Amino acid sequence: MEILAIGTILAYLLSTVSYFIFLFQQKKVLNRIGFTLLLTGFILQSIFVGYKYALEGHFPVYDLQGTLLVAGWAVAGVFFLLQYKFNLKILGLFAALLAAIIMIIAAQVPSQPLPSRNLFNNFWLISHVIAVLIGNASFTLAGGAGLLYLLQERAIKSKRPGFFFKRLPSLERIDATGYACIIIGFSMLTLGLIMGFIYAKNVWGRFWGWDPKEIWSGITWLLYAALLHGRISLGWRGRKAAIMSIIGFAVLLFTFFGVNFLLQGHHGQFTRF
Amino acid sequence: MGNIFLLGLNHRTAPVELRECIAFNPQDTEKTLELLKKEPSINESLLYSTCNRVEVLFVAEDKQAAVAKVKDCLSAINDLPLDRFEQALYLYENNDAVRHLFRVAASLDSMIVGEPQILGQIKNAYRTATTRHTSGVILNRLLHRAFFVAKRVRSETGIGDNAVSISYAAIELGRKIFDTLENKKVLLIGAGEMAEIAVEHLIRNRVGNIYVANRTFERGAALAKKFNGQAIRLEELVAFVQQVDIIISSTGAPDFVIRRDQVKELMRGRRNRPVFFIDIAVPRDIDPDINRLPNCYVYDIDDLKNVIEDNIEDRQQEAIKGERIVDEAVIRFQEWLASLDVVPTIVSLRNKLDTIAQGELKKTLGSLNLAEDERAAIIRMTNALVKKILHDPTLLLKRDGCRGNRSVHLDLVRKLFKLDE
Repeated sequence: MEILAIGTILAYLLSTVSYFIFLFQQKKVLNRIGFTLLLTGFILQSIFVGYKYALEGHFPVYDLQGTLLVAGWAVAGVFFLLQYKFNLKILGLFAALLAAIIMIIAAQVPSQPLPSRNLFNNFWLISHVIAVLIGNASFTLAGGAGLLYLLQERAIKSKRPGFFFKRLPSLERIDATGYACIIIGFSMLTLGLIMGFIYAKNVWGRFWGWDPKEIWSGITWLLYAALLHGRISLGWRGRKAAIMSIIGFAVLLFTFFGVNFLLQGHHGQFTRF
Repeated sequence: MGNIFLLGLNHRTAPVELRECIAFNPQDTEKTLELLKKEPSINESLLYSTCNRVEVLFVAEDKQAAVAKVKDCLSAINDLPLDRFEQALYLYENNDAVRHLFRVAASLDSMIVGEPQILGQIKNAYRTATTRHTSGVILNRLLHRAFFVAKRVRSETGIGDNAVSISYAAIELGRKIFDTLENKKVLLIGAGEMAEIAVEHLIRNRVGNIYVANRTFERGAALAKKFNGQAIRLEELVAFVQQVDIIISSTGAPDFVIRRDQVKELMRGRRNRPVFFIDIAVPRDIDPDINRLPNCYVYDIDDLKNVIEDNIEDRQQEAIKGERIVDEAVIRFQEWLASLDVVPTIVSLRNKLDTIAQGELKKTLGSLNLAEDERAAIIRMTNALVKKILHDPTLLLKRDGCRGNRSVHLDLVRKLFKLDE
């Protein structure tokens, strides 16, 4: 188990280093190494998650370590999907760095395997958590794409194309990737919330309980809904969409971590230690 | 054996008026090569001529005679007295000639460092020389090394990375905005020459519809026809800005042709799809404030020039790396050339035979039980055999048996006995 964790962290860290050097030197082989390492990390992490599943008898999303584990796994997974469709290579730097950081934190926090309860093997609950985490991962990468967009736009508008101009892809491609991230993220978040409602109805007999986590998730959902609406009906694209995705990411971070630490609620036990 | 010489002139030593007079078309080149072939002091020759340089590369035994002959040829073919251009000529010898050729092929010596055409031009010149049989062992090897060096410099340094002409810079910017220029609509305002060049580049990148707006409709229509586009009237201009993606403006209008407020209104109708203005007019046609609008990008002629200057600086930085690659290659070539000399070839040939003979002797004597004098006799016989076998080849290589073209024989011997291991 330790070896798996260390291997995963190592693969992600080396992938980050490789992508970082790629940013400077722009050698294709570095991109390929980074990608392969990221894939290696992803596979190791999948084994890790599976192993933990077998060990604990339920999908490992009931303590902070498990949640982080799946969150990092989702980041890498969503990146592969995007890479396949848009080939936005340098986004790998974000994905690898993020996956590495999440894994390192996951390795630091103590694992508190809860006794297996039937409650946890509920289909709705597990689907809810996985869908929400994939959604979060997509939104995170959308934030990364937003940052890349702002850098590249600045380079072009300033009329002094320099470091980033040469190294970052075109505005259109970054924008399209960010948009795809938002669409995936929004779909998954919506799906995740619906499953959460169904689960809540089953267990507590109500869909919505004004729990802080629920409220903030609702706010996040509304924010991304507004972003998508603006894009589709008003043509908010480019800079505006990029800034919105970055703001969205900040709100998301608060919903994921902040709420648990600062406010009380029934999600607390899963993401606190 | 012969030395390598390079005689020529380029944009640094000769003004354009002079270079115009000493330009070689393919027929002239072939004629010159035929003339040089007849000259006994010249073993191999090759000539390339571009708008920035004319250079003759040749291998010769007798420097003075050969150089005089090449100068004569340059003068005769171009019908220009030697004293008019002799001042501009430079002559490089051996290592310096090799280095110069490598630098030229790698585009380190070009007026615009990193421009890619020169390599193709030298390849053509080499093809001509091979079909005319004026290149031999040395030039063949040298040219292949030059192509290899050029390829290495291009792939290992960023020497050819960034655009260094106005229209290329504009295309590069367009690609960084739109990702691909395919099917992007282009509006041309004014029908200047510079705009035409830019449009030709765009067409090569497979842009979509092209619209031309001009003060005199007929001139615009003529240009539109040339590009398979559509002419529009100046009054319709603003409405078209809403449709197109790239706008190239080059009118002589004293005031802005497109203003910020107009574009701002249009962006909603475009649903904020990006639009790229290229303003190559002086005074400017496009309100520079448009650049401040979201998803609008304006580059005027000065902006483009700045981009190019930065890129040229970058190329110069990269050229330093290129020089290092060239230096390495010169040393490697020098080593090969030295091995082609008579003495080292004879020495290694003798060594090779000696090694074989000693090896066989050891094997044979080891298995036989012979008396001391019998052993000595066999050793003597073996050594004599080696000496006798080597006698004639050595004589041929040393004497003028190969009549000036010794390098061919040396090369053959080295290959025959696999001496380059």
